[in-house]
Amino acid sequence: MPLATQPSTVPVVVDNDKCIAEKGCRVCVDVCPLDVLRISEMTNKAYMAYDECWYCMPCAADCPTQAVTVNIPYLLK
Amino acid sequence: MTMDAILDDMSEVKCDVLVIGGGTAGPMAALKAKQKNPDAKVILLEKANVKRSGAISMGMDGLNNAVIPGYATPEQYVKEITIANDGIVDQKPVLKYAENCYDIIQELDSFGIRFLKNENGDFDVKKVHHIGTYVLPMPNGETVKRALYRQLRRARLLISNRYMATRLLTAKDGRVAGAIGVNTRNGEFLVIRAKAVILCMGAAGRLGLPTSGYLYGTYENAANSGDGYAMAYHAGAKLANLECFQINPLIKDYNGPACAYVAGPFGAYTANNKGERFIECDYWSGQMMLEFFNELQSGKGPVFLKMNHLHEKTVAEIAKTLHNVERPTRGDFHENRKTDYAKDMVEMHISEIGFCSGHSASGVFVDDFARTTVPGLYAAGDMASVPHNYMLGAFTNGAVAGEHAAEYCNEVDWADFDAADVAVEKERVMAPTKREDGIPPNQIEYKTRRLVNDYLQPPKVTKKFELGQARFAEVREDLEQGMMVRNAHELMRSLEAASILDCADMAAHASLYRTESRWGLYHLRTDYPEKDNENWFCHTLLGKVDGKMASEKKAIEDYVVPIAEDEKDLYDKQRVAAGE
Repeated sequence: MPLATQPSTVPVVVDNDKCIAEKGCRVCVDVCPLDVLRISEMTNKAYMAYDECWYCMPCAADCPTQAVTVNIPYLLK
Repeated sequence: MTMDAILDDMSEVKCDVLVIGGGTAGPMAALKAKQKNPDAKVILLEKANVKRSGAISMGMDGLNNAVIPGYATPEQYVKEITIANDGIVDQKPVLKYAENCYDIIQELDSFGIRFLKNENGDFDVKKVHHIGTYVLPMPNGETVKRALYRQLRRARLLISNRYMATRLLTAKDGRVAGAIGVNTRNGEFLVIRAKAVILCMGAAGRLGLPTSGYLYGTYENAANSGDGYAMAYHAGAKLANLECFQINPLIKDYNGPACAYVAGPFGAYTANNKGERFIECDYWSGQMMLEFFNELQSGKGPVFLKMNHLHEKTVAEIAKTLHNVERPTRGDFHENRKTDYAKDMVEMHISEIGFCSGHSASGVFVDDFARTTVPGLYAAGDMASVPHNYMLGAFTNGAVAGEHAAEYCNEVDWADFDAADVAVEKERVMAPTKREDGIPPNQIEYKTRRLVNDYLQPPKVTKKFELGQARFAEVREDLEQGMMVRNAHELMRSLEAASILDCADMAAHASLYRTESRWGLYHLRTDYPEKDNENWFCHTLLGKVDGKMASEKKAIEDYVVPIAEDEKDLYDKQRVAAGE
């Protein structure tokens, strides 16, 4: 049984101009209770890899450069 | 090595006290164990990161159950909780909490967590409950986790983040011997031998499916997937009153509380579509939830949080707390919907079901020392059976557990476990990684939780529960024979899916066993609509007997605080009388 890939618009958005992950920052990835953020191998910036968000905000609150925005997931917006 | 790739590796460590769960009760348990016995090796294991894990990830807006001299006595509190929980309460652990919690408040204050004080410098406690006064706002409640973390660092506690505990290890004599954990980012196994284990793993919050259909839009922190309940069950511990579900009044579609504790003391209240108050008391109890449910279904539904009669400065004050602490995206939610508290009533709904003793009474059975029925195994916080315990209960009983466990360690040696148990567990955990194709964990989880809503959500009907059990059995076969994961992150989700399914089975089993109605909506059985004190004025304990789920009755311990005959049903009189 092959798996399908379904698109989903994700709640956590990272401003690549502000994100300093390429300098080694991992704050948002470290603090996320659901562990859904990763560093992209292509851009070296943080991004939401898994759409499993409690929109709880530590990623945004703890980001040293205010690069992270948490939106309400579309399904409950 | 990239993150999420699965390693095939195992290591073993040894400690005196292992605390599992770094949210609220866990850090306090670890801290107190270390203070009590500085030579003890204490490990705090956490599925996420202790800095921001658990129900209070972003803080808390207040204490819901503070027993503060001058406002309330421990005996009054015990009485209130006994009545609120329909009499099904072992009072000793509740009394112990009530007696200890003021010390814990002062200790939290010394950590830098501030509580609201009046102009005289006294704690400014508010009345929300039916009878007594216990609600204490926290003006800098967003700092709780940071303050706790500072204490953990100062005590040099050993913290292992991103390890998910999967099963407890027990000795031949039934005593706890440690736990097995799996790294959530590489699948590496960790066997931790411990003399005592304290479970502080939170509610089973991912049991029902929120009406939005978004798996993680739960009332509880979505990381709290009931792993503690499942682990306790498989280790042979008894679980109490699981049929007393957690169901909360929430903002429709948003997972934030309504919120009686914040807005109530300012004059806000729960109203029907006429803007009329219909419940006497907004304190969360099963009886209150039943009136809420009845109003939702009625011609006067749905239900709203009403603040638009308040002065705009008051509204702004409420909004400041509601939008900054505990659920900070709440303001964005209302802004998207163009809801203005000063003009509009806010639509409310009832939450998905869950297990959570923090709010109701469904938890791993513990005594007044936080001991479960398994020697050496403790539980505290939302997952332990002390009813209506909330955040302060997690802190206070976490402290009780930590101190007792530290002393217990001096009396015992490490228990031996069978190495075969580790091998069996490794095979169970890793099975989904060995399959080339199959069903991903998110689909197993979605189906389980959709079935929970279809069949287990109250009002409870026997035949529907039996159908639900049959569907769960089919999902279990899919989970055990056909679930597939592609990386370590999905492996964590697959383990959570198994915990959720275990909790669904326990919720069904416990509910069918108690053939009466009790706790308002929490256990409303339409084919047994009456409260039956003659046969069911008792706890129910669920456990694993000869490998199978079984329930039994347990007598309630003699009350230490007597309840007068005319006080017993105070919480049953929730509906505002006609004409008022």
